[in-house]
Amino acid sequence: MTGGSTTGDDGATAPSSGLHEERAAWPLWEVFVRSSRGLSHVHAGSLHAPDAEMAVRNARDLYTRRNEGVSLWVVPASAIITSDPDAKDAFFESPQGKDYRHATYYTKSEGVKHL
Amino acid sequence: MTATAIDTRADHDAAGEKVFNDIIARDSRIEPRDWMPADYRKSLTRQISQHAHSEIIGMQPEANWITRAPSLKRKAVLMAKVQDEAGHGLYLYSAAETLGTPREKMTEDLIAGKARYSSIFNYPVLTWADIGAIGWLVDGAAICNQVPLCRASYGPYGRAMVRICKEESFHQRQGFEILLELANGTPEQRAMAQDAVNRWYAPSLMMFGPPDEDSPNSQKSMEWNIKRFSNDELRSRFVGMMVEQIKVLGLDLPDKDVRFDEGTGRWQYGPLDWNEFKEVLAGRGPCNAQRLERRREAHEEGAWVRDAASAYAARQAAKPTTTKAA
Ligand SMILES: [Fe+2]
Ligand SMILES: [Fe+2]
Repeated sequence: MTGGSTTGDDGATAPSSGLHEERAAWPLWEVFVRSSRGLSHVHAGSLHAPDAEMAVRNARDLYTRRNEGVSLWVVPASAIITSDPDAKDAFFESPQGKDYRHATYYTKSEGVKHL
Repeated sequence: MTATAIDTRADHDAAGEKVFNDIIARDSRIEPRDWMPADYRKSLTRQISQHAHSEIIGMQPEANWITRAPSLKRKAVLMAKVQDEAGHGLYLYSAAETLGTPREKMTEDLIAGKARYSSIFNYPVLTWADIGAIGWLVDGAAICNQVPLCRASYGPYGRAMVRICKEESFHQRQGFEILLELANGTPEQRAMAQDAVNRWYAPSLMMFGPPDEDSPNSQKSMEWNIKRFSNDELRSRFVGMMVEQIKVLGLDLPDKDVRFDEGTGRWQYGPLDWNEFKEVLAGRGPCNAQRLERRREAHEEGAWVRDAASAYAARQAAKPTTTKAA
């Protein structure tokens, strides 16, 4: 497992304290929108903001200008842990050859009602 | 566990290249953490960041008219449109960043005059009818260009384009309705509408980029499934749509050479001034200096706000948070 954002950007760093230091980039946040009650939050995109509160406000302005959401999540991109993309074949191979996990594997019962 | 920077390692990764080529051949999508050729990354970074800059600079010509829009409703509509364009810029900067270039770098390049943006935004917006012509022709041309980009092979770009295209259709319609109202108004209003169409027609056709024979990057871009249609193909398609729509407006396209060519199956149009295009792109258009200056001003004069927000965030970070996911 490696840390890092789903979008691949980890270049932004947290803001440093003090006005007179070199200006640091605002961190990157991933935005998730619940489009209506009963549905999951779905990744909508990302944005930069100095803190969580501003990230939520910016997310509202950026991703819900047309009532696209009833709830928002913002997550620091640096807090997202992803599976290792270089090892994806090994990592995801276990379901291969296990067709019996799918209903379509069972053909003899074809035509039996309500099954 | 550490945050991993984006993988720009070896350009010569035989296994990576094979996977990349297979994905392209299947017309599937490349995602940020995948291996990709250095040229693919570079070319996409250039295209997406230029696209983002165009959205951001494109706010200016229209924003200048918000205070002069003829009614409260028109002001609200125009504000919503300009706000959308800001959003489009931000979606695209996010997409470009996934390729490894920080947003600050892109902003700095734009302000320093090192980056390009669509030549169309360097033309002056002289009358209210221009706002109509921009929505109808400029956003119309943008839509024509952008719809195929929803299928671009780079995942984050395609996803940004899907979002953008959903929002663009209102832009074109509001422009069309401004023109329709003027075209059915007083003789002066009608003349104003025709004049705006006359001035914006050719520059909007040039938004599709140089003719195919002068567009060296297109070939590679099409092989990579970034571009799906050539510049001339899209331009001709656009002309075909405008020919029909202008009839509803009851105005004329300022182009006597427009006709459908049965042989090629394409709409033909009159000659375009590609010299002018090159001049504007090279920074010598009517409004280039003004647009960049305004962008620089906004960036520099807004610096204290960004600093204050950062300072506040740093101070708050010391305290426990109360906001929870729900
Ligand atoms: Fe836009
Ligand atoms: Fe637009």
